[in-house]
Amino acid sequence: MSPSPEKTSRRSFLFSLGIAINAVAVALFAIPVVGYVLSPARRFTWLDWIELGALTDYPENQTRLAEYVNPFKKAWDGETAKIPCWVRHLAGDEFQVFAINCTHLGCPVRWFAESELFMCPCHGGVFYSDGRHASGPPPRALYQYKYKVEAGKLWIYAGRLPTLGQPQA
Amino acid sequence: MIDLLKSVGRWLDARLQVGSTIAEVAAHPVPRSSASWWYIFGSATLVVFILQVVTGICLATVYTPAADRAWDSLIYLNYQQPLGWYLRALHGWGSNFMVALMFIHMIQVFLFGAYKFPRELTWVAGCVLLLCTLGMAFTGQVLRFDQNAYWGLGIGASIAGRTPIIGFKVVDLILGGPIIAGETLSRFFALHVFVIPALLIGFVGLHLFLVLRLGINEWPMPGRIVKRNTYLQQYHELVEADGEPFMPFAAQKDLVFAGLIILSLLVVAAVEGPIGPNGQPDPTIIQTVPRPDFFFLWLFSLFALLPPWTETVLMLTGPVAAIGLLFALPFLSGTGEKSLLRRPFSVVIVILVVTAIGTLTWLGTFSPWSPVMDAWSSAPTPVDYVKGRSPLELQGALLVQSKQCRNCHSLGGQGGMRGPALDDTATRLTRDQIVRQIIQGGGNMPAYGKNLTPAEVNALVAFLSTMHPLNEPPARDSARPAVPGSGN
Repeated sequence: MSPSPEKTSRRSFLFSLGIAINAVAVALFAIPVVGYVLSPARRFTWLDWIELGALTDYPENQTRLAEYVNPFKKAWDGETAKIPCWVRHLAGDEFQVFAINCTHLGCPVRWFAESELFMCPCHGGVFYSDGRHASGPPPRALYQYKYKVEAGKLWIYAGRLPTLGQPQA
Repeated sequence: MIDLLKSVGRWLDARLQVGSTIAEVAAHPVPRSSASWWYIFGSATLVVFILQVVTGICLATVYTPAADRAWDSLIYLNYQQPLGWYLRALHGWGSNFMVALMFIHMIQVFLFGAYKFPRELTWVAGCVLLLCTLGMAFTGQVLRFDQNAYWGLGIGASIAGRTPIIGFKVVDLILGGPIIAGETLSRFFALHVFVIPALLIGFVGLHLFLVLRLGINEWPMPGRIVKRNTYLQQYHELVEADGEPFMPFAAQKDLVFAGLIILSLLVVAAVEGPIGPNGQPDPTIIQTVPRPDFFFLWLFSLFALLPPWTETVLMLTGPVAAIGLLFALPFLSGTGEKSLLRRPFSVVIVILVVTAIGTLTWLGTFSPWSPVMDAWSSAPTPVDYVKGRSPLELQGALLVQSKQCRNCHSLGGQGGMRGPALDDTATRLTRDQIVRQIIQGGGNMPAYGKNLTPAEVNALVAFLSTMHPLNEPPARDSARPAVPGSGN
């Protein structure tokens, strides 16, 4: 004997309703979760003007290591909020401010004043004093920050780890 | 007493209803041929994973996953927390053991054709476990929040950043913000402690369930061809005719090996001690030479040695292709011969891959492509090379040190290996060629034309022209007369 059509349809209606309610509920639940997880990528530019100190800290024709505190730091970032960069003072208000990160894979390049080269300890990238690629695997010149000089202070426009795909790098 | 235990056991089984399942699993017949010492690596990997869970939970009770405290808590674990050093050692070396055992297990499964019909999804689950294990290894290295972790994250971010169009967004997602900082560590902590272990446990369950349900792979015999329509019947007959209960027949070898592995882990951890941390993760300390843990060293080497123009493409498509190929393997060759005696190509692949990864790992341990950053100030000029030299030549010897030539070129075996050793430069290059090489660079050497005065070039060349063994004359330009005082 087959079950009556009326009973079957009520049972299947409840089941379908259950699935539908849960589908809607899970979709609504997913919105905040996915939004939360993806939130670091929602902001397009992570850049701000940062003061790097007085011009007198950077003698002309020299390249010096400077450091700044990332403007988007959190209270628990500790030492990782401090970011180093290389400041090359050409003359007057003319500077080049290089990111510390090698353009190959982000390792910290080191300046050698005697041979006037930046060398990377990871895969052997080498750059000239003006940031041009000299040898090794890096695909481009050193990243440079935008800078300005105001009231005897040097400012750079920074805040994000420079990588190859960045529009502003 | 025994009666009491028995009655407690009966009571528990009546409620839990697991006794019959356990008995069934223990007694399930396996082919006699597969109760072999070759079949012990999977279970040993699982045992090490269980140890990792235990030591990991212990470490999590002290470790602080905050960027400003993580390194301090590691130092505390190493030096102040009672037995903290040993649990860190067990966890760190345990991860090395687990990765190694997993790869041996995988090679065995591949060589024995165990991924073929009907065990395709057992292999696929195993591939997920491979990715999870490597994921644990990488995230674990990040939780050891030191300079290597910091710059290792930079390397990971720089690779991800090469993705076209959305690269910089991917970097933001990986780092949890614009730079490597607090939220980066928290993300990797969540991955290492919740997400990946949950996946691991789930897929280990599936992997084991499939091994039980489909039966362990029989010892492959040349000529015993896997066909979709006959294999199941053949396997069934084999187990009927020549099967033994899993417990204790096959399990005893697993048991012995797992025990030995645990003992050797205990010894290695006690002798070698905890792994790191090295310097604190302060990015302003740039006097650092970042290196990954040994299981990623081969990738690190590969990134140095790939032709630069292929790099972005290979970094992005290589892993996808390799992982895709692994997953696709049982569907590409799901039937046919299992025996490696009839699969020479598979043997060649294993030998090639193992040799390549082994060689790259070995190269990674001394990275000949990297400048030795302190060679110029720490490796002295060999005394023989300054004996009896003229003042101009001595000036050149000084310049070889002070202009950081030694960072890439060795003298007397000390210094960088990026460029050729300078000990016999004069036998390879004439004076003019040395001048050209220094000023214009080339062959991966920077041009020093702007960084040296003509007088300095002159001194350098004078010194380098003396760099030839006594019994070997320097290279000579045939267009110049070979008379004393002519330069050569």
